[in-house]
Amino acid sequence: MIAFILRRIVQSVIVMLTVAIVAFALFRFVGDPVASMVGQETTLAERAEIRQALGLNDPFPVQFFNFVTRAVQGDFGVSYRLQQPVMELILSRLPATLELALVSGVLAFFFGVGFGVYTALRRGNWLSGSIMTISLIGVSLPTFLIGVLLIWVFAVELQWLPSFGRGDTVYIGDWWRTGLLTESGRASLILPAITLGLYQMTLIMRLVRAEMLEVLRTDYIKFARARGLSNRAVNFGHALKNTLVPVITITGLQMGSIIAFSIITETVFQWPGVGALFIRSVQFVDVPVMAAYLMLIALVFVVINLIVDLLYYAVDPRLRVDRSSARG
Amino acid sequence: MNTLLTKARGGLMMGVAASALVLSGVVAHAETIRWARVGDALTLDPHSQNEGPTHTLNHHIYETLVGRDDDGELTPRLATEWGISEDDENVWVFTIREGVMFHDGSEMTVDDVVFSINRARTTPSGMAALHAAVEEVTAVDDTTVHVRMSGPAPLYVQNLTNTFIMSQAWAEENGVEVAPDFAAGEEAHSVRNTNGTGPYRLVERDPEVRTVLQVFEDHWDDAPEVTEIIYTPISEAATRVAALLSGEGDIVQDVPVQDIARLEQTEGISVVRGPENRNIFFSYDMTSESLASSDAEGNPFASPEVREAMSLAVDRNAIRQVVMRGESQPSAAPLPPFVNGWTEEMHAFDDPDLERARELMAEAGYGDGFTVQLDCPNDRSLNDESICQSLVGMMAQIGINVDLNAQTRSLHFPLIENWETDFYLLGWGVPTFDSQYVFDFLVHTREGSYGSFNGSRYSNPELDAKIEALATMTDLEERDALIAEIWDEVMEERIFLNIHNQVLAYAMRDGINLDVHPENQPHMATVTFD
Repeated sequence: MIAFILRRIVQSVIVMLTVAIVAFALFRFVGDPVASMVGQETTLAERAEIRQALGLNDPFPVQFFNFVTRAVQGDFGVSYRLQQPVMELILSRLPATLELALVSGVLAFFFGVGFGVYTALRRGNWLSGSIMTISLIGVSLPTFLIGVLLIWVFAVELQWLPSFGRGDTVYIGDWWRTGLLTESGRASLILPAITLGLYQMTLIMRLVRAEMLEVLRTDYIKFARARGLSNRAVNFGHALKNTLVPVITITGLQMGSIIAFSIITETVFQWPGVGALFIRSVQFVDVPVMAAYLMLIALVFVVINLIVDLLYYAVDPRLRVDRSSARG
Repeated sequence: MNTLLTKARGGLMMGVAASALVLSGVVAHAETIRWARVGDALTLDPHSQNEGPTHTLNHHIYETLVGRDDDGELTPRLATEWGISEDDENVWVFTIREGVMFHDGSEMTVDDVVFSINRARTTPSGMAALHAAVEEVTAVDDTTVHVRMSGPAPLYVQNLTNTFIMSQAWAEENGVEVAPDFAAGEEAHSVRNTNGTGPYRLVERDPEVRTVLQVFEDHWDDAPEVTEIIYTPISEAATRVAALLSGEGDIVQDVPVQDIARLEQTEGISVVRGPENRNIFFSYDMTSESLASSDAEGNPFASPEVREAMSLAVDRNAIRQVVMRGESQPSAAPLPPFVNGWTEEMHAFDDPDLERARELMAEAGYGDGFTVQLDCPNDRSLNDESICQSLVGMMAQIGINVDLNAQTRSLHFPLIENWETDFYLLGWGVPTFDSQYVFDFLVHTREGSYGSFNGSRYSNPELDAKIEALATMTDLEERDALIAEIWDEVMEERIFLNIHNQVLAYAMRDGINLDVHPENQPHMATVTFD
């Protein structure tokens, strides 16, 4: 077990370094940060000086080496745009993104599994039919459009929910700002969470449904029914449990995507998270923030993969048996 | 920002949305303005960045010696009087207002003014270029400050409308005697903390989320009607408009042109418009031997006939109608109308004349046309990419086959800076409200601090000498005549193919009165309620 984790950590470090190299190679094509940093009166000589001072003229390996040596000490520099330390900036924005991702992930999982089971068991009834149809809309409409539609209906027309922002926030501890503890914070969370989670929910629902249909046809379910077990025990105790391995994999990996691709949702709802920070940084060519964000996202994916691997152990006993017998 | 919403859920305004909104806007929120625009101030440091939204927010917290009103005229602010010294034409004399308090309770002195101008002109301040001609700033007595220039500088006061005055003691206490450095490894105290003399003091600063300002009781001027400002950047246009429609915002800046007409028809919402200090034009490399992106023999842009043909092929009114939805001022003059040197004659343009344009192309030897790449930003000016697209169609009619390269501004501007573009779009504002600014950066040969945005590579030593002379001419009549002379030459040469001046629109709820500021720097202290 420990060897397994250690091996995964070494792999993770290699992944992170690769991401850093690719990211740094890409930054050369994003443009010139100095153009957005100075006013139009700044002379060409002064622009060149700033470029020199920021190390933008250094050769690629030197820039990369400087970045990595500082990054391992937790120093990602100062944002060109907001003039704040990048680590502090990202940490202050991270809770907003994590809360949004968590809430939409949980919503997607429970509604996805619930609808999936329902549509598998009640095939052909009208409710299943409409759930399937609506879910089709969910996967086919772009996130941006869903967000704008929700704002239009629930904020502008009905005026039930806020159209932007995070509402009032309170601090938990020194730096974690949460919107979950205030009424306006919770109200602000609803529309973005639905927007962000809709695609994931549909995905999970369709996966659960397909797996359930598969499992319900197998012999052991027929035997279980023949034994006279209750529908509840058969459907949830035996059938659903055996569909969960792929579902957990997908949900876990999707959790990473939810965090990484919350960019669009955050932009539409002016949600003050790291995704919105990243997109503004790209427009401004704020290289320190872009670099730190990409490293963070790589870290998130690496950690989630590790957790998912460990969860397999917990859920599927066969994996444990295989490993011990292979070793023994 | 959600207090109104809580009330809405409480049933105060449910159902009767539009009319109740107006009611509650006037009754319950007569004093708080919730103000949204596309981007936040980059920093609250008064001298670090020379950038529009940064200045706009800082104008509420800090004050300048002179202000600029909605007509573009200078107004007294922390200076009550200003003028060139009678004894020495190189010296500007400012009389400083007495009894001005900083937000921390200390009184502003002439030493603070001297300190602030010196801080603004010292790198890495973003304002340094505007004060390049300053040699020395001295306090003569308790109410007078002298600014000695390296030569006569008749328009220096125009450069002061965004140079804020800060407290020397506060700056020293917090280690921000100079503006924050981009390359420095830490955040300066002045980035998120302020101590100005402005009508509002900073209560809360959460960059890119929300900034709260409250009225400063000890301000020297009449108390403004707006007592609290909640400033929220909303980057997405649809969301920004929705915030106004849903009653979560009172004033929205940066209204997308396609929404203006619809907002005007919405009950309870009004839109004000005004010309912006920003014109949009095309320019081209008219000097090089040949063009990198073109298949043409030689450089077609070097030919005056081709440049004239291009201007005859452009349909400015069509761009206004189709691309800008009527929200622009088509003009042939490459400068905004309120800038010194603008004339009706420069502004006028004829309808497109394709026949004549084709003749001119043939005369120039390009009867079969040529190909060229047009570089265009897609996130800098209003609908910039669409303007370029419509130009592509218009140029095709006279045989110029344009290959459009639209990209983000951080990739676009270096092309002009490095002379890597043959044909490009540029938007330009004139913060000094004087033509010299245009000549210095766009017309003068590129050398030293001149010509940094001269992408046409145009170089005319005679004209350069005239432009340099403008800087030190104290006889304003003579100077205006020289400006007109330079413009004649520039228009004759067709260095710029100007399209239009931008129009600004602010949308707000009925009952709020705010005029459009030509520099897009609305001030909430000028807001009145019906």
